[in-house]
Amino acid sequence: MGNVLLQYATVLMLTIFVGIEIIAKVPSILHTPLMSGSNAIHGVILVGSMLVLGGANTNLQEVLGFLAVLLATLNVVGGFVVTDRMLEMFKPKAKPQAAKKEEVAQ
Amino acid sequence: MSRETLIDLLYLFSATTFVLALKGLGSPKRARTGNMVAAFGMLVAIVATFFKYVDGHPLHHVWLIALAMFIGLIIAVPTARFVKMTAMPQLVAIFNGVGGGAASLVSITEFVHIKSSHPATYVTLEVLLGVLIGTVSFSGSAIAFAKLQELMTGRPVTYPGQQVINGLVGLASLGVIVTILVSSSTSLLWVLLALSFVLGVIFVLPIGGADVPVLISLLNAFTGLAVAASGFTLGSNLLIVAGTLVGASGILLTRLMSKAMGRSLSNVLFSAFGSNVTASGATEREDGRSVRSGTPEDIAILLGFASRVVFVPGYGLAVSQGQHVLRELAEELEKKGIEVFYAIHPVAGRMPGHMNVLLAEANVPYEQLVEMDEANSELQTADVALIVGANDTVNPAATDDKTSPIYGMPIIHADLAENVVFLKRSMRPGFAGIENELLYNPKTTLVFGDAKDTLTKMVAAVKSS
Repeated sequence: MGNVLLQYATVLMLTIFVGIEIIAKVPSILHTPLMSGSNAIHGVILVGSMLVLGGANTNLQEVLGFLAVLLATLNVVGGFVVTDRMLEMFKPKAKPQAAKKEEVAQ
Repeated sequence: MSRETLIDLLYLFSATTFVLALKGLGSPKRARTGNMVAAFGMLVAIVATFFKYVDGHPLHHVWLIALAMFIGLIIAVPTARFVKMTAMPQLVAIFNGVGGGAASLVSITEFVHIKSSHPATYVTLEVLLGVLIGTVSFSGSAIAFAKLQELMTGRPVTYPGQQVINGLVGLASLGVIVTILVSSSTSLLWVLLALSFVLGVIFVLPIGGADVPVLISLLNAFTGLAVAASGFTLGSNLLIVAGTLVGASGILLTRLMSKAMGRSLSNVLFSAFGSNVTASGATEREDGRSVRSGTPEDIAILLGFASRVVFVPGYGLAVSQGQHVLRELAEELEKKGIEVFYAIHPVAGRMPGHMNVLLAEANVPYEQLVEMDEANSELQTADVALIVGANDTVNPAATDDKTSPIYGMPIIHADLAENVVFLKRSMRPGFAGIENELLYNPKTTLVFGDAKDTLTKMVAAVKSS
């Protein structure tokens, strides 16, 4: 038992540091998309939900598993779509600079 | 290569895309690509899972899985696609909540599944932690959603002995966990489920509307941890990596957000901020002090003579849907050679960076958005600070008044500008429920009315002058 648990604990510890390291440099304007993006990523629970429904033997397990897959799908799909919609708007716009140039030309 | 090894390799690929996506979200240019990379990685993981073996046989109920996914898909896509940008925070709250719910259900199902085989104590502990954290995140997010959607009051809900009761429910949950570990009783699992649900609700009730964004970020981190706990139970490195990434980054993000409000996280979570200030603020200040008010046309003339104008937008702007008109005003002023920029407080709007999203939607060029510290040094040379729908983020009480609940919060020093113009619906205090001294400043002119109407009149007046 010990070895498997230790292996998972290793993964856990290293990932904590990766998670902290990656976020430390994010500008505050991207905090909302970041929250939304990581919200989509924990939707990976869909994989776990599929496994429990796929391994269900009783009616109770089937019902719970079905609900889990449904909720997790909402999380994944909603999460990615909302984040994409937010980020769509971060395209830099060239319009005002063009306007300024016109003004200079006049 | 065996089937299982191949699937594990694909999972490794997915985990890598998640790390890269979070990295990409750190820069405005790569953020969107990053999100798509993660979505692709997620798709790979989901498809690979269909080919996985559980307990030595292929997945049962493939059609049930597909059906549940299909239902989820047809609910989530239109919701996420068509909800208004101002409602984004509650949408993130609800998508986070269902994730927590799913994590909790996975742990429960797994407990029911494995309990006959007398699992090791640590396995049961992982399951129970998954249930506890996932359920708290689920019910907490539901209350956060209700507060933001204004299905219930956004003010903190308090009652006598609240902290004690919350503490007792928390302790009871831990007690039940210990009892289950010792007795491995299934029926107690349902007690834990109920207690966790209540805990999530009573934990969120005393948190005021202005603090809900910080809370959502924390609940987001909770869901991540619940997913990681399920990962331990199911023996899935993918779930552990993804869940822990979200948990670790989410907690850091939560701290960054409370720091932006000049408060500690425990102050945000436990102080029932803003519950009693409204009453005292309202009575104290009704002493007939005069404020100066003006018409949109007056302000247009003032703006016309300026060489440097700073807009300070707040959530009120978004509520009145005035972002587009504000951008038009900026363009009109720029045509006259007036320099315009937007001073963005980190917590303007209802989530950090929310204001940037709302302004970006209105095609405001990214370069004109200036963050708080830079804005404050620029404001000293500005002629006019035009405050549209913001209040608490420009309240000088945060620096002057030690007794104020927002004392210590970094603010945008709009009072440094030569003139201050407030577009306000009424004299009512802002989201945090605190009176704003800046309204009575001799530099300040108030324009009452709906922000969008006022701005439209100002654009017309600037155009014709």
